[in-house]
Amino acid sequence: MKNNLTSNEAEEAAKGWFMAHKWVLLRRISQITILGLFLITPWFGIYWSDVWSGDELDENDAPIWIVKGNLASSLTLDVLPLTDPYVLLQSWVAGHLLETSILTGAIIVLVFYLLVGGRVYCSWVCPINMVTDVAASWREKLKITGGMQFSRATRYWILGISLVVAYVTGTIAWELINPVSMVYRGIIFGMGLAWGMVIAIFLFDLFISKRAWCSHLCPVGAFYSLLGNLSMLRIRATNRDQCDDCLDCLRICPEPQVIKPALKGAKKNIGPVILSPNCTNCGQCIDVCTKDVFNFGSRFNNKVKS
Amino acid sequence: MAEKRASRTLSRRRFLVETAVTASGASLFGMGLAFYAQQANALPAYVIRPPGALPETEFQAACIRCGLCVRDCPYETLRLSKLGEPVALGTPYFLARDIPCEMCEHLPCVQACPTGALEKSLTDIDQARMGLAVLTDQETCLNYLGLRCDVCYRVCPLIDEAITLEPQHNRRSGKHTKFIPIVHSEYCTGCGKCEHACVLEVSAIKVLPKQLVKGELGKHYRLGWKEQEQAGGSLIEGIIDLPDRLPESGL
Repeated sequence: MKNNLTSNEAEEAAKGWFMAHKWVLLRRISQITILGLFLITPWFGIYWSDVWSGDELDENDAPIWIVKGNLASSLTLDVLPLTDPYVLLQSWVAGHLLETSILTGAIIVLVFYLLVGGRVYCSWVCPINMVTDVAASWREKLKITGGMQFSRATRYWILGISLVVAYVTGTIAWELINPVSMVYRGIIFGMGLAWGMVIAIFLFDLFISKRAWCSHLCPVGAFYSLLGNLSMLRIRATNRDQCDDCLDCLRICPEPQVIKPALKGAKKNIGPVILSPNCTNCGQCIDVCTKDVFNFGSRFNNKVKS
Repeated sequence: MAEKRASRTLSRRRFLVETAVTASGASLFGMGLAFYAQQANALPAYVIRPPGALPETEFQAACIRCGLCVRDCPYETLRLSKLGEPVALGTPYFLARDIPCEMCEHLPCVQACPTGALEKSLTDIDQARMGLAVLTDQETCLNYLGLRCDVCYRVCPLIDEAITLEPQHNRRSGKHTKFIPIVHSEYCTGCGKCEHACVLEVSAIKVLPKQLVKGELGKHYRLGWKEQEQAGGSLIEGIIDLPDRLPESGL
């Protein structure tokens, strides 16, 4: 029994505030640091060559940016190219021949997310995640329920349709309206009306439909979840026999349907690893659980304890 | 048994209906997106793409909106379209009247482009064709009024090639010469320095999309004097003496 404490308070009492927010803090640090790397040169005038090359900067040295570009494609320290494979896929479908240089960048990103889990992009990189996380917690605090319901498959339909539209119109169609890149590009290159998009998504998730954007509609997340089918890094319900059925993890998880098989599957002979590619590896279940049921681990050794 | 089958039919029915709802919604959304994408293909005439940009329809498929060209532009000429601007979201462009292209020798923007939306085959900036300068208003152009402004001509990076001054008699004063700026499409890169420099409140010379302003002669058309130049002499020997047509009865 939890007396009158809310689950968050119980959690804090059990582990202390910091440990009860460990992963969310790390994710915010990751999201803000990655954004910061893009901004450190244009906002603060800090160049790699200034700081690290031994000799003074002279006229002949081209100043080297820390990270140049945005999430669609970037160049780190003038050597490491990274490209969003979904944008590149649309470009190819739209009829543009891909060059080797850009393919390299996309392959590096693909391999990375294949290892750590596709939707790590969503919870550790994407700026919209911060907006929708806040909307979800406000929705909870304000006890707003009901509203529109979308199938969780909608995002895959939108992903498919975005590629069809790219093919038919010969444009990178989704990038014309993609809030993720719009906001990211906006912060780095100038916002325009993109703040309106941030507010719209916030209000939509808060009042109209629970976790609508990230967990039901966004085709970028859908694309990255396809990569998650093979990812090595997974969350495991290792101590699932400790579960006291408080439901906190299901309440806080943006994709609660992924937890149940791993948490409650012991009797059905299902292993403790959360294998669903829709799991974003956000770690909120780890933070919230007073019984320390969950932890990060690999997808291997998924045997049911006898 | 029958009950079980009935519930299975019901859940199958529910699944099919739900799928149909999602599919129809997504398709409707897709149609909307397609129409919007078609609209976004239309570039306003006053907007100029960076040097080496593919034709607009191909550019829309090739440009991934990373902004690397913008970053490597030393003059902050290039910018990325923001939400609400009438240019396909996130794509690079410039406005000549604000900041024109300075025509860097090493084409940093083209070099920076990772996708080929700005064609790497462009290695000489003089071969860039971002648009074509047109003296759109002869009523306000100071040189047309008979003054010696000459600013567009002076700032042109390809002076005496892309813009020349052609003397013309000033009929108003009766004794002066007007120096009329003429743009030559063979050389004009569309950098926009003329439009930027024009001293009028609103520029009388503007860079516009080439296909919008350029005429085209019929393929059968031959210019006599050019044919003559090529052949090194008149193509027809001697003067043809056509019969004089006089009134028949010699009134």
